Amino acid sequence: MGRVFKYGDHVDTDVIIPARYLNTSDPAELARHCMEDLDTSFAGRVRPGDILVAGINFGSGSSREHAPMAIKASGIRCVIAASFARIFYRNAINTGLAILESPEAAAEIADGDDVDVDFETGLISDRTTGRTYRSTPFPPFIRRIIEADGLVGYLRSGGMAGTRVAGSEPEVTP
Amino acid sequence: MSSQPAGHPAAGSAPETGGAGMTMTQKILARKAGLPHVTAGQLVEVDLDLVLGNDVTTPPAIEVFRATGKTRVFDPAKVVLVPDHFTPNKDIKSAEQCRKMRLFAQEQDLSNYHEAGEPEMGVEHVILPDNGLVMPGDAIIGADSHTCTYGALGAFATGVGSTDMACGMATGRCWLKIPGAIRVRLSGAPRGFVTGKDVVLDLIGRIGVDGALYRSLEYTGPGVAALTMEERLTIANMAIEAGAKNGIFPVDDRTLAYLREVAPERLARGEGWIVEPDADASYDETLDIDLSRVPLTVAFPHLPSNTRPVDLAGAVPVDQVVIGSCTNGRMEDMRLAARILSGRRVSKSVRCIVIPGSQRVYARCLEEGLLSIFVAAGALVSAPTCGPCLGGHMGILADGERCVSTTNRNFVGRMGHTGSEVYLAGVPVAAASAVAGRIAAPEEIGIEAPADLRAEWLGTAGPERA
Repeated sequence: MGRVFKYGDHVDTDVIIPARYLNTSDPAELARHCMEDLDTSFAGRVRPGDILVAGINFGSGSSREHAPMAIKASGIRCVIAASFARIFYRNAINTGLAILESPEAAAEIADGDDVDVDFETGLISDRTTGRTYRSTPFPPFIRRIIEADGLVGYLRSGGMAGTRVAGSEPEVTP
Repeated sequence: MSSQPAGHPAAGSAPETGGAGMTMTQKILARKAGLPHVTAGQLVEVDLDLVLGNDVTTPPAIEVFRATGKTRVFDPAKVVLVPDHFTPNKDIKSAEQCRKMRLFAQEQDLSNYHEAGEPEMGVEHVILPDNGLVMPGDAIIGADSHTCTYGALGAFATGVGSTDMACGMATGRCWLKIPGAIRVRLSGAPRGFVTGKDVVLDLIGRIGVDGALYRSLEYTGPGVAALTMEERLTIANMAIEAGAKNGIFPVDDRTLAYLREVAPERLARGEGWIVEPDADASYDETLDIDLSRVPLTVAFPHLPSNTRPVDLAGAVPVDQVVIGSCTNGRMEDMRLAARILSGRRVSKSVRCIVIPGSQRVYARCLEEGLLSIFVAAGALVSAPTCGPCLGGHMGILADGERCVSTTNRNFVGRMGHTGSEVYLAGVPVAAASAVAGRIAAPEEIGIEAPADLRAEWLGTAGPERA
């Protein structure tokens, strides 16, 4: 169970990790400045296992992988958003930051709530309000990347080595 | 260059759809995945023609590359590393990042790595097309969100993170989800000082910063012919500001003329692949834009979609003006800036920073006397760099300061203090605002709108405009 940090729509990578800190890619250093331009108190208050909840288009803007790196290194266990910007979505998967897409959960969960997430089922439970939410499950191909502990593990285990078709089934999520 | 059989209708005349045909983007990705057909939502792995990184995204990518267990990149001619964000090195940490990238480029014998000052150097998305590295039909990933710029040449190009870049360097491949598309049907021609920047800002204002999320923006219609190559690069560049995966233009005579200039040998060898959308291509929606009705546009803080016509901007005093970047740091931009600033003075209350986007652009500004015009007007001319666009260096804003910038993002704190404000505009409004000391159209400082800016350009510069 984690305590929720709640933010709004269009949280961009410039506020997640401002460019002035991009002269390093050390996760611990990045975590010290995570969310700094949106919430200066975040880095001081966040504890391992906490959960970040936001609105639409989370992670918009730059391709900097430092953004999911900083969030992961800060201790955040999972980001729940109504929708994710596409590069951030890829980067989170590739670097092993758990993300769940649920417009309902994003709308209703409040700052400070205690929330549980089950990645197997995609179920989000708000222990404070007693409400539960179903998130959009990952497509099978993306689950395989996550199961391989990110894209590097997938590649090392033989992914992208010869089979061109990643998955023939049309998929519903980004 | 190969192309499809004749008989495809003009792009703008494709019917409203639901058809089984493919968009331009889908056709490129199908080909690169070795599949006869793909549909939106399908996951594929594609062969890459280029993998790009900069001094911010490459150092972590090098770590990931090592972790893959590979020792050599898939093709040293197809990995392009560009130090441009914190260069010339702004501090010791940046210098260390750049050195890490330089040593990797040397170790891997990368043919497309250049140092600041060489003619091939500058801002990544300005130099890659100008160095002849982008061909129509290419599939390109770059660890920089504005990699989508290359869609201007009829290529598929999209921004990714450092891990995707690393795996791309290791394997020459990338997994992608086939995107659906918004068709943007252009007609007419821009008027007065309106440029491609206004066109794309106006579009983002209409559909929002996530209006094209996960999808392609495919430009079609007779209005494409009215846009210069540089305007198309500007428009494709900001596809990401609408949330799009990529933006793409069809290849026409102007594209081919540009390629004859920058990549004559590759063109002669038949490289590149011209793609048109299928007549029954499926689009999620179609937007019609009459270019003659697009106004000079400004995006107010703190989203690129927060647009207004400059006439409705009101009295907004400015402290700084930045003219440059991967969005607006090319020759036409420099010439437009000089046209506005020539014989005038930057307001006492404004720091005006002009940044030619590459060493080639810089040299050409020098040859054409533009640098003298900038200096005489009281503007500061910087070495090519991304610098202030991302709040890196070379023009950081203090609390409460306002900047009119020809760059691409105006998020909170983007160019400095979280209490500062960035107003995005095209070059004519930015330059006129520098003179006026407030947001202003060129007309407001006594410059008459040209009857036909493009006719003047077409008559003046470069073989494609002869």
